[in-house]
Amino acid sequence: MSNSLTGIAASAGIAIAKAFRYEEPDLTVEKKSGVDAKAEIQAFDAALEKSRAELEEIKEKTRREMGDEHAEIFSAHLLVLQDPEFVDAVRQKVQDDEVNASFALDEKANEFIMIFESMDNEYMKERAADIRDVSKRVLAHLLGKPIVSLAEIKEEVIVVGDDLTPSDTAQLNKEFVKGFATNIGGRTSHSAIMARSLEIPAVVGTKTVTHDTKQHQYVIVDGNDGTVIIDPSDDELAEYRSRQEAFEQQKAEWAKLKNEPSVSKDGTHVELVANIGTPNDLEGVHNNGAEGVGLYRTEFLYMGRNELPTEEEQFDAYKQVVESLDGKPVVIRTLDIGGDKELPYLDLPEEMNPFLGFRAIRLCLEMKDMFRTQLRALLRAGAFGNLKIMFPMIATLEEFREAKALLEEEQQKLHAEGVETGSDIEVGIMVEIPSTAVMAPQFAKEVDFFSIGTNDLIQYTMAADRMNERVSYLYQPYNPAILGLVKSVIDASHAEGKWTGMCGEMAGDPIAVPLLFGLGLDEFSMSATSVLPARSQLSKMTKQEAADTAAEALKLSTADEVQQLVESRFPMA
Amino acid sequence: MAEKTYTITAETGIHARPATQLVNKAGQFESEITLDYKGKSVNLKSIMGVMSLGVGQGAEVTIKAEGPDEEEAISSLDEVMKQGLSE
Repeated sequence: MSNSLTGIAASAGIAIAKAFRYEEPDLTVEKKSGVDAKAEIQAFDAALEKSRAELEEIKEKTRREMGDEHAEIFSAHLLVLQDPEFVDAVRQKVQDDEVNASFALDEKANEFIMIFESMDNEYMKERAADIRDVSKRVLAHLLGKPIVSLAEIKEEVIVVGDDLTPSDTAQLNKEFVKGFATNIGGRTSHSAIMARSLEIPAVVGTKTVTHDTKQHQYVIVDGNDGTVIIDPSDDELAEYRSRQEAFEQQKAEWAKLKNEPSVSKDGTHVELVANIGTPNDLEGVHNNGAEGVGLYRTEFLYMGRNELPTEEEQFDAYKQVVESLDGKPVVIRTLDIGGDKELPYLDLPEEMNPFLGFRAIRLCLEMKDMFRTQLRALLRAGAFGNLKIMFPMIATLEEFREAKALLEEEQQKLHAEGVETGSDIEVGIMVEIPSTAVMAPQFAKEVDFFSIGTNDLIQYTMAADRMNERVSYLYQPYNPAILGLVKSVIDASHAEGKWTGMCGEMAGDPIAVPLLFGLGLDEFSMSATSVLPARSQLSKMTKQEAADTAAEALKLSTADEVQQLVESRFPMA
Repeated sequence: MAEKTYTITAETGIHARPATQLVNKAGQFESEITLDYKGKSVNLKSIMGVMSLGVGQGAEVTIKAEGPDEEEAISSLDEVMKQGLSE
């Protein structure tokens, strides 16, 4: 009997394959006394050796595929394995107490974990996780239950797990992993963003998929509407195979637009560009015919590691992206950390309201050395293509002026050092705080462009935490209040001869596209996979129709009314 | 015994990468090597020992080595310490 679950559609497409349950083996240990200490120590040493070989392999694979920096963490893991204070203590305990090695290991590891966890420092607390990771690996070998890695999957599967971390998703091999379904997460969680970059169908936030799915059961993941069907009937299989085919055909239709310009029926041109997180996403940008990059989230350069990236590392990444785009615009956002994105090594105190707290430009203007390093890397990379710089979370003109002054100082320093920088780099801001949207006419005199960040603009305007599921009904992109703010920002930029883009989820939303086009948005930045559908949608409408609909929508009272209006004017495929 | 004292200048203190380099280097010597900070002394060949000190920016630390290759150990570790970690 099949079982159907509903989650959040995180990445489009339909996948059908056997389930691969991604979970940790049961590593409960029992205490055994009066054992043969010598044999136990030998077994322990053998388990250490196997773990070492595995870690060396993972480190090498990570280095090859993701670079030296990402591989560093495994160097630290390897040192834990060789730590004399740790492994000698385990051997000593086996010897002295004549207990089994797995028990001694578990106890010693827990002692160290306790020490690190009790430290009043987020970074050190995370090191407890490293020790846990390493000792689990050794313990798994001792107990004969080795840990499976996602990188080792060699047949077509759908990965089913509680949640997938960025490093889990980085290990996914697209050839075999056809899709994934998780218990937790939302459309903007890391696993969802990664799934869209990898173009793997995914449904997140199903709550119970790990509970309901057995290993090797057939699973259907419909990333278009958020459905997961476990153990489907023959009818359901046939139904979804035909839907899958239809979706593939639709994709083939869209693919024909890949090298076409983004124009409406009456020939009005807008820019359809892509959001990216790392240079790895460039493939998707090119495959989907995006006309540039409207948002390069640089925080991924800073995450999943243990210290700040150097100027050279950043320069290399930025240069790679602008060169790859070959003269097409690349809007790079300076570090937007804080809120739901933490950098443990900065050791920032926990806050009551992180989304309203010390984050993004606020943090950068405080940690100026870190910020200057990024600005220098950006200025240098600007010499290699069409790079634009964007500051996130700007609330006041003073913040913008201060950030821009730092940028100019670094530019002068670089010139004094004889280093080449980009000339006439456009400098803009994210509009995601209502005060900035209201003050857009004043900002428009000083900035070169606006990019509206709708995820945050909606959460701040509606006063609804977007991570809180109980208030998720207030996340209303089509609310006339939001549309009104968007309109005033666009109008303010045009009055000064500047342009406005949008880089939130809303920019690629089929209901929002006609409205935004009608309001005069110049640049739409979205997940790469949304570019071709949006281009196809745009080609079927005229500017006048869209403008009329948008004008009417602004006078409506609720988000639902707006949605109904758009659906009646622009029937969706 | 050989020893040398440093002031940590790196913004993030002795965190994973520098700690890894120090421990790796210390492991190449026969001498007993310790890292002393705020009255605590840990085995510099133990990554968990080094990390557990939580050495931050501005901290004053001392590296001590005792054994047949103590001088060599101190001068090798000095190179690691000077790579953007301290002055």
